[in-house]
Amino acid sequence: MSEKNTTHKEPFLRVSKRKELTPRQSFGLKMISLLLALIAGGIFLAVLGYNPFVIYGTIITGAFRSTLAVQGTVKIMIPLFISALGVTLAYKMQFWNIGAEGQIIMGAIFASYFGLFHDNWPRPLLLLVMFIAAMIGGGLWAILPAIFKNKWNTNETLFTLMLNYIALHIIAFLRDGPWRDPANPGFAKIATFTENATLPKLFGVHIGWVIALILFVLVYIYLKYTKHGYEITVIGGSKATANYAGMNVKKIVLRTIFLSGAICGIAGFSNAAGSDLTLATGVAGGVGFTAIIVAWLADLNPVGILIVSFLFAILDKGSSVIQSAYGLSTDCSDVLEGIILFFVIAGGFFVRYKFVMRKKKSPEATSEAPDMKGGEAA
Amino acid sequence: MSEKYAIECRGISKRFGGKVLANDKVDLQLQYGEILSLLGENGSGKTTLMNMLSGIYRPDEGEIFVGGKEVFINSPVDAMDLGIGMIHQHFKLVDVFSAMDNIAIGTPGKRVAPAKLRTKIKEICERFGLEVDPDKKVYDMSVSEKQTVEILKVLYRGSDILILDEPTAVLTPQETRKLFAILKKMRDDGKAIIIITHKLNEVMEISDRVTVLRKGKSVATVETASTDELKLTELMVGHSVDLSIRRPETEKKEGVLKISGLCVDGSDGTRALTDVSFEVRGGEILGVAGVAGSGQKELCEAITGLMPFDTGSIVLEGTELKGKSPFEILNLGVSISFVPEDRLGMGLVSSMGITDNMLLRTYYKTPGYFIDRKPAKEMADKLIDKLKILTPGTETPVRLLSGGNVQKVLLGREIEAAPKVLITAYAVRGLDINSSYAIYDLLNEQKEKGVAVLNVGEDLDVLLGLCDRILVLCHGKITGIVDAKTTTKEQLGLMMTGAVKPAEDAANNAAKAGEEAAHV
Repeated sequence: MSEKNTTHKEPFLRVSKRKELTPRQSFGLKMISLLLALIAGGIFLAVLGYNPFVIYGTIITGAFRSTLAVQGTVKIMIPLFISALGVTLAYKMQFWNIGAEGQIIMGAIFASYFGLFHDNWPRPLLLLVMFIAAMIGGGLWAILPAIFKNKWNTNETLFTLMLNYIALHIIAFLRDGPWRDPANPGFAKIATFTENATLPKLFGVHIGWVIALILFVLVYIYLKYTKHGYEITVIGGSKATANYAGMNVKKIVLRTIFLSGAICGIAGFSNAAGSDLTLATGVAGGVGFTAIIVAWLADLNPVGILIVSFLFAILDKGSSVIQSAYGLSTDCSDVLEGIILFFVIAGGFFVRYKFVMRKKKSPEATSEAPDMKGGEAA
Repeated sequence: MSEKYAIECRGISKRFGGKVLANDKVDLQLQYGEILSLLGENGSGKTTLMNMLSGIYRPDEGEIFVGGKEVFINSPVDAMDLGIGMIHQHFKLVDVFSAMDNIAIGTPGKRVAPAKLRTKIKEICERFGLEVDPDKKVYDMSVSEKQTVEILKVLYRGSDILILDEPTAVLTPQETRKLFAILKKMRDDGKAIIIITHKLNEVMEISDRVTVLRKGKSVATVETASTDELKLTELMVGHSVDLSIRRPETEKKEGVLKISGLCVDGSDGTRALTDVSFEVRGGEILGVAGVAGSGQKELCEAITGLMPFDTGSIVLEGTELKGKSPFEILNLGVSISFVPEDRLGMGLVSSMGITDNMLLRTYYKTPGYFIDRKPAKEMADKLIDKLKILTPGTETPVRLLSGGNVQKVLLGREIEAAPKVLITAYAVRGLDINSSYAIYDLLNEQKEKGVAVLNVGEDLDVLLGLCDRILVLCHGKITGIVDAKTTTKEQLGLMMTGAVKPAEDAANNAAKAGEEAAHV
């Protein structure tokens, strides 16, 4: 039996586990991934006949070329940043909430109810009520799958995903039916908010960014220094350990998931009352999904989320500029974004593994196994 | 020269992650018709070396010769082709398949008719004295039967080199004897066998030669006949050691933990413990022996409130624990400390440092909304100093520490809670000799303080040396509570398999004798 095996050779390249990386090495790895992504994207652009350096330059300048552009970039960043913070709470606990999209929408719907039908209230009161309503809406939409998971151990990934579509169609229902703007007989849409129900501006951008920064500080402290944050980390580590420590795991899961959804709901409020100034079907517009990527790229670290969501906003804003400046279609910028994501996520593989090349044999070893010599020299 | 060796390893080195040298120029020779013991402490590189022989890892340096030819084992399939069969500690069988189906799957070649397969299996069984019912489903099998199927699988594939990774860890003394008889028959048939173990008495009993590994290096290969247990231990740890375990005499205190008529259903809904009654007194170590899965886990978890029960009672210093949650039990004021079997999955949070792990059972006790890490940090520093825990720092995730250090963190934290009752499950599993003895000392220290210690163990020699009394579980029932000083390993083994059950009186007498002896 053993004869046929002697022809086997050591593989040229093989995968091997590596020691755990320090956070700094891990960050370096991500930077290298990003660089490689830019190179690959550049090749893609070059093939299309564009100068990649010019295009990349335009993305950066496009995001910052004027006050208006910067304001636009920040505006893109706000909902992304807030909802990434929201899903992070759930992910820290190993609860796979991919329903941020639906939670944003429900937050927006709840807030819009007051914005549309109680716009005679004083502005600060109305905005406060809308804010709280948005938190409740998003929170309830998130707590629902958590209740089912606690009771019947349902799969939260599918459950939260499906709720996204239900939420989306609730807006369409409201737009076509009960909340349809009678002043606009042709095209079905929901009425624009009166000024009372819109977020005021500070430095040219609606104050959603102030809310986002406050949330950032709160979430950071919550996760790192409070007992609740400690409980979340323990449950994320192992539910058996949490039980052993005397924690009421089910209660903590419900509480945390409510908060996770509530934060996403705030993003919905900020979008409706700050950017759209109405309740549009595109109020979430995929932000809830991008937020998942942002949260993971940032290793569920609030500071990382701040940086990554900013970079995403630049890419997004800059891509829209190259679209108008060079006639590069939206699809092209989507391909660019995809390449970058692909590289950074694939880079995650190298956090845990590495490639090992076949080594040259030492001389005495080769003399003992002369049949190997030819193979090695080739 | 190398022609006659079944396996020869020359200068095998394997590195993990750049720094850790798991195998450092290891040499090993295995002849046909011999049983070679591979002896070494945990972390000495035994499993790494065997994984390279079975194609799971690749060596970084060195050559492997099988039957005198240099080979490159790139995958388990290559190993199988070379006639190397590995029997892992955790069996790789399909539960819902019969023994026969398990043997047939994964075997290369055309489909074999069931009748033919059955005869061939019977043939092999007879040749080596194996007892297997080819049509029995794996989920109906005992651990020892499953192991027999694994061995049969390897033999059926025509392997003439067998590697067994700690095969006796899950067996009773009687089953071990049976296994050894099989192995000896295979040896006499000309097969080459490597057995990985750290039980010295087994090395002496079964093997022809012993290769000792220490810190990744092969330090010696000796003829079994020309050595003894003490010499082997010294080779293993690198210095002389005292193998006796201390058993201090203490004053016993009644009524610390009393369990009566306890029935517990396991997490799968089947009855795990039936009518269990016993008492743990202050100042004694009560050992719990039994084949794996006899209800040890459920017993520990029922006492700590992790597993609810309807029938029976558990009374801790006059307080009934029935119906109380783990949180309520933690807050009784009479502390129960628990070192669970799954250290990183239950006792600790693997991603947290020592400081945060110190907080696990006490974090909610400080007032306010914020967590107070200062006392935890002080406690972490104190434990590192007192128990000589090796760690880069208090904030290094505990999963990066070695097994012994992880256990010191866990046991240290539980002892710091100044418990009245200390429950430990497999406290020294996977630890090297020095760490094990450090843990025994800690348990004895608690015993001398008057703590009631319930120690679930697997190594009968250790239980007999360390404990005052030993409770034996078999299928969730107590088959005896005996005095550790007057009991032999064979008696424990019989009780573990329930072999004494027909003669109920004998078990009762043994139990009574144990009680009486302990009362004196």
